[in-house]
Amino acid sequence: MADAHAVHDASHDDHDHDHKPHGWRRWVFATNHKDIGTMYLIFACTMFFIGGAMAMVIRLELFKPGMQWVDPQLFNSMTTMHALIMIFGAVMPAWTGLANWMIPMQVGAPDMALPRLNNFSFWILPFAFTLLLSSLFVPGGAPAGGWTMYPPLVLQNGASFPMLIFAVHMMGASSILGAINVVVTIMNMRAPGMTLLRMPLFVWSWLITAYLLIAVMPVLAGAVTMLLTDHFFGTTFFTAAGGGDPVMFQHIFWFFGHPEVYILILPAFGIVSEIIPTFSRKPLFGYEAMVYAVASIAFLSFIVWAHHMFTVGMPLAAQLFFMLSTMLIAVPTGVKVFNWTATMWKGSLSFEPPMLFALAFLFLFTIGGFSGLMLAIVPADYQYQDTYFVVAHFHYVLVPGAIFAIMAGVYYWLPKWSGKMYDMKLATWHFWLSTIFVNVLFFPQHFLGLAGMPRRIPDYAVQFTDWNMVSSIGGFGFGLSQLLFPYIIWKCVRSGTPVGARPWEGAHGLEWELPSPAPYHSWTEAPSDALIAKGAAH
Amino acid sequence: MIRARLTSYALTLAALAGSFAAHAEEDGALSGWRQLNMTQGVTAISRNVYDLHMKIFWICVLIALVVFGVMIYSLVKFRKSRGAVPDVTLVHNSKVEFVWTVIPVVILVVMAVPAARTLVEIEDTTKTELTIKVTGFQWGWNYDYLDDGVSYYSHLDRASDHARELTSGIDPNTVEHYLLSVDHPLVVPVDTKVRLLITGADVIHSWWVPAFGVKKDAIPGFVNEAWFKVDADKPGLYRGQCAELCGRDHGFMPIVVDVRSKEDFQTWLKQKAAAQKQAAAPAADGTAAAPTAP
Repeated sequence: MADAHAVHDASHDDHDHDHKPHGWRRWVFATNHKDIGTMYLIFACTMFFIGGAMAMVIRLELFKPGMQWVDPQLFNSMTTMHALIMIFGAVMPAWTGLANWMIPMQVGAPDMALPRLNNFSFWILPFAFTLLLSSLFVPGGAPAGGWTMYPPLVLQNGASFPMLIFAVHMMGASSILGAINVVVTIMNMRAPGMTLLRMPLFVWSWLITAYLLIAVMPVLAGAVTMLLTDHFFGTTFFTAAGGGDPVMFQHIFWFFGHPEVYILILPAFGIVSEIIPTFSRKPLFGYEAMVYAVASIAFLSFIVWAHHMFTVGMPLAAQLFFMLSTMLIAVPTGVKVFNWTATMWKGSLSFEPPMLFALAFLFLFTIGGFSGLMLAIVPADYQYQDTYFVVAHFHYVLVPGAIFAIMAGVYYWLPKWSGKMYDMKLATWHFWLSTIFVNVLFFPQHFLGLAGMPRRIPDYAVQFTDWNMVSSIGGFGFGLSQLLFPYIIWKCVRSGTPVGARPWEGAHGLEWELPSPAPYHSWTEAPSDALIAKGAAH
Repeated sequence: MIRARLTSYALTLAALAGSFAAHAEEDGALSGWRQLNMTQGVTAISRNVYDLHMKIFWICVLIALVVFGVMIYSLVKFRKSRGAVPDVTLVHNSKVEFVWTVIPVVILVVMAVPAARTLVEIEDTTKTELTIKVTGFQWGWNYDYLDDGVSYYSHLDRASDHARELTSGIDPNTVEHYLLSVDHPLVVPVDTKVRLLITGADVIHSWWVPAFGVKKDAIPGFVNEAWFKVDADKPGLYRGQCAELCGRDHGFMPIVVDVRSKEDFQTWLKQKAAAQKQAAAPAADGTAAAPTAP
């Protein structure tokens, strides 16, 4: 089969090497995993800057006390849209883009298993986000009830309400299709000899992430559909006056929402598990433990959801259960952090941009893990809940966590994609500016939360001025320094210096056995067992 | 207009650089470098919560010192530029892996026990001496002293309400307790186990006073319970805010609790009840009885 492909390809070599359609058809009708991956990444980057611009509005308004720039309603729209765009528009598509690019290359496949589905799952997104963003211009403004869409508040949105629901449905459909494609590719398209326990950690973490997506996205769809019928068709799922229960929405939402948190972070674990060994020139410590840790984190994610809602008034037994199950997550997460540290131990470390971002991930994600542990303690959570302490916590795990890992991944694989090396000096600048400003931005928010500043408020009492100002300065610095990122990529693609198949000397894995740039159809011939064994160096 | 704003930003920034924490620290509300941690509060529960917070914090610091210590040591010691040669055989060690799985479990159990104990205490709403129904609405609070026929609304005070308008031109620093002041505070006695029955009128709100260690959601159609007992020697004004996004003016529905001595409280309650009875009298003529302001 693979041979037949190779012969077929070779016979056409002289006139059209890749059979790729040209012009707009290449993108609109794209079925190639690399083209679709590129579109996902460009889309994610665009959304990152749109969501980031909204964050700038938030930090501008919070720079000092008093209302200076926006109406409170618009402020609430900004926090709501910022979250929706960053989660569903930036981080999740970025992961799918990386999965598209890397999974076929890493498992020895020519492409993703379901190329047309792949096209569909991508092209849903621009429509979903056009719909969501256009809600900024409808009567009543964009959704302003928080990305968590709690009823009854969410039902007070004006014309934007059905747009929000439909957009969320489309994002969910896109995610489910993308996840199905990942699962089928990994299960069916691995090269012979690529056993499950030889797979790179990025593939493993994505496999588990894909199962999480398939499990919980329909739950979100169900929750928002009930909101829709409550609003338009007279049902009362979440209205107490009709025998419904507003808290039930929170249970359903967070049953989706907590696994969603791990959907955002597990692929990051995978990427960091690729990068740290490469730049430590040493195989990953405890490969199997890492796989089991990811799997147990995924399992636990289904039984901790109510820790997002300790203050709703749950029975004592439920609170104790959710406290204990939440604390338990620290164990597999700890195993991962210890294994990464042990990978560096007695290694031979160098600090190229991917490694720098992975190291920032390691330190700063761990800080987010600590505050997470603190948040698990129910009586203390009563004080932290819905304050800036929580804002600091989840931004530590999502920005220097998920987003730094995405950037680390891009800086790691960009030479493979483009066949060129980027400006490492500039990328190192990008790293230092990002790392310094992200801490200036989010660390003071711990103080604000502990001092009593609630989240999602457009204005605050004057004693919170100092740290808000510091945080805003960090925010502007962080936002500006991110402009370097697309510039570095653009410059690399245009005028980078050509690189060989393995630009990082310590890199292992099948993707580095392909030439750079990687051929349009990754592995038209299955890699040999020896090659697979060489890549799976553990 | 924008230029003027930017100038004012530059000035504030200069002030920030010059004297961090130069704002008026009213009622012991700390700012700047003195605002790094949770405060202990004025109830036995809030102190327990503070202790738990500090305990888990120091555990985290301890783990951080060890883990970050090993990481930083590795970053310094095992650099390729210093000629470090990788030990590629070091990929697995059952003993070490077992230890670093078990130690966190032990730490968690050590932490879970006192947390559970405090939680049980918090959930114990028996033997309360005074019950007040708290209703959150868009955007303010209603307090109803169920056994005494006293009921009134509590809103953001006027000075703050004016200053917080988009083009008010009023410097918040000149407003007393900007955004943390109300027209009619909740009045309670010291050293009394006060039970709150918390509910919402329209959307979900959350009643939070940090100094009491109490935060409970106010949910339409449901009644949540919470309680606090302020130390006998700590009468005074305690401030909090709504902690659940509840729409446009979520940031503008503060909570102020006026904790008085038991005698003062009784006097206040009697006067208030009498005043409300009088004000409600015309209701007999057919108009609806509405809770009134004092």
